[in-house]
Amino acid sequence: MKTKLRVKKDFLISISAILLGLLAGAGLMAVTGNSPLEGFIYLFRGGTMNIERIGNTLATATPLIFTGLSVAFAFKTGLFNIGAAGQMLIGGLCATAIGLTFDWPKAILLTVIAVASLIGGALWAALPGLLKARYNVHEVVATIMMNWIAYWAIYYIIPQHFKGPFLETESQRIPEAASLKVPWLTDLFSGSFINLGFFLAIVFVVIIAFVLEKTTMGYELKAVGYNRDAAEAAGISVNRNIILSMAIAGALAGLGGATFYIGFASNMQIGVLPAQGFDGIAVALLGANAPWGVFTAAIFFGLLHNGKGFMSAMTAIPPEIADTIIATIIYFAATSVLIERNWDKLKKINLENILRRKKRGKLAVKAGGER
Amino acid sequence: MMVDLIYQLFPYAIAFTIPLLITSLGGLFSERSGVINIGLEGLMLMGMFVGAFVISSVEALYPTAAVWIGLLAAAVIVALFALLHAFACVTLNANQVISGIAINMIAGAVTVYLARFFTGSGNVQIIRGMPRITIAYLSDIPILGQLLFTHTYASTWLILLILALATFLLYKTRFGLRLRACGEQPHAADSAGVNVYLMRYMAVLISGACAGLGGATFIVTLSGEFNGTAAGLGFLALAALIFGQWKPWGILGATFFFGFATTVANVSQVIPVLAQIPGIYLKTFPYVVTLLALILSSKSSQAPKAIGEPYDKGKR
Repeated sequence: MKTKLRVKKDFLISISAILLGLLAGAGLMAVTGNSPLEGFIYLFRGGTMNIERIGNTLATATPLIFTGLSVAFAFKTGLFNIGAAGQMLIGGLCATAIGLTFDWPKAILLTVIAVASLIGGALWAALPGLLKARYNVHEVVATIMMNWIAYWAIYYIIPQHFKGPFLETESQRIPEAASLKVPWLTDLFSGSFINLGFFLAIVFVVIIAFVLEKTTMGYELKAVGYNRDAAEAAGISVNRNIILSMAIAGALAGLGGATFYIGFASNMQIGVLPAQGFDGIAVALLGANAPWGVFTAAIFFGLLHNGKGFMSAMTAIPPEIADTIIATIIYFAATSVLIERNWDKLKKINLENILRRKKRGKLAVKAGGER
Repeated sequence: MMVDLIYQLFPYAIAFTIPLLITSLGGLFSERSGVINIGLEGLMLMGMFVGAFVISSVEALYPTAAVWIGLLAAAVIVALFALLHAFACVTLNANQVISGIAINMIAGAVTVYLARFFTGSGNVQIIRGMPRITIAYLSDIPILGQLLFTHTYASTWLILLILALATFLLYKTRFGLRLRACGEQPHAADSAGVNVYLMRYMAVLISGACAGLGGATFIVTLSGEFNGTAAGLGFLALAALIFGQWKPWGILGATFFFGFATTVANVSQVIPVLAQIPGIYLKTFPYVVTLLALILSSKSSQAPKAIGEPYDKGKR
């Protein structure tokens, strides 16, 4: 059970990590002779200036919500899913392949695509889950290997089967019917990249929150995460839950891949391991592995990523500043012990001060009484 | 035909093996002391950047010495950069996997940021790489002479020398025994008077120096430019470390195996015999065999026992 105090602490850790990340970013801007304040203002304005940019921020955040949920979900079972990038690629490949092959009405096509990318991602992650459960192969190593297998598989499959008309290194554009972009939404946000994927992401935030908090399945998955032996003793099949947890995490990342490749983008590039897979780890850490926390963190990162182009156009600051900030946030989230320790120390000092003041007050009262 | 092919491919395979080997060796030091190093990719990338940047800055002044200055600078600066990982993992008891990922991401962002700042394009090119040399007398040895001692790089022999020294250091000296003890039984090591924190710091520093050297070696021998990515080489080195079962000669075999497979995949388009093997099998091969090796060795894994565990003195 999560107490209020713990939530407050998680929140404080996340805020501290963000502040430290922004501070590191400011340092890097200053070192390279730019004004950090100006940089941050343009970064923020680039993500929120007008309705189109807000739409783009949400669109950039969409795959991050999925990969963040994916990593967070596996974390709940005590598993570390570094393979979200590879699962995204497989989900994206399923989506692209179906989108380019079948000529069905949009509603049917998108449903089939969603299901296929979900299953593709789930299977890609279930294998490391199986290896973990059956052979005790560390899921971190296994998912890294799966990432690169996916990377090279895409590298050869796309040019061979779905080659674009101009470049060897990208697939054909998916047809209108297979795109998650819809005219009314694009118009509503005056030509933004925002697409149905964003709503799908919200639906999945709700579903995952429900599964984790209100179902037996969620309870069992978390029990395995808290204490494997105790869960086993209580009759919960640890192995089954490990595979299940990885499969669900993979399904989320696979869907995230679909929203990226047929929503945000319109084709697949080869030779790129999507950065969203690793950013998802930052999103999960920052969101304290809670579904709505993940949602909020993903929007924040979406803002950073979307604003960086504008910032670099308006100043001399290279756009990689956003990635630097995110990377630093992960580092400080990993070293949250430091933050936690200092926060505890601060609290202790505060508490001592309060106690001392109270004591002094009491003494004063006592002294007053005696007088 | 087949023999000619091997003669042709061999120098490339070795050139590709060497950066992997030294990076993997760095990972070996870190992991043998009990600190997981997923950050090899980032450390290698940092080495590529520092190497390319330093060489491109000094090669006008010192045309021949520039590559060596670059290699040295990469080793030193990346060792310092690896301190970040050591600080998180050893001093702060942070999650080693997350810290490693942060290292990868910080390296990826900061190097490109700086490259863009300095060159505008984000790429850093060097004009002169490491020259290929033929070693006198040794190259006259039948077969081996042509395979190993012609068209070779001086850096290759330097790194093989480092491998031999590292093996000696790890298995024949007090330092090596202590370092390995920290990865197997840190509490026992501590009670025998070993400073576990210090040993782990040194191991991570060494791993940074090795990976930095690996990245810079890749620049001076194979690529000639920093372009913002290590393209998974660091992860390949990590796979080799596991496939080689955390042993120096094991990783030599594993990296050569991976180096040869990658070279074959890279040239398969132009060589008719190899063009029949689809590239997808050759490129995914290192990762698939690593997964298989993990499955096969699951019963008798040679992984350091205390790997990934932050050392807590209080638990002794």
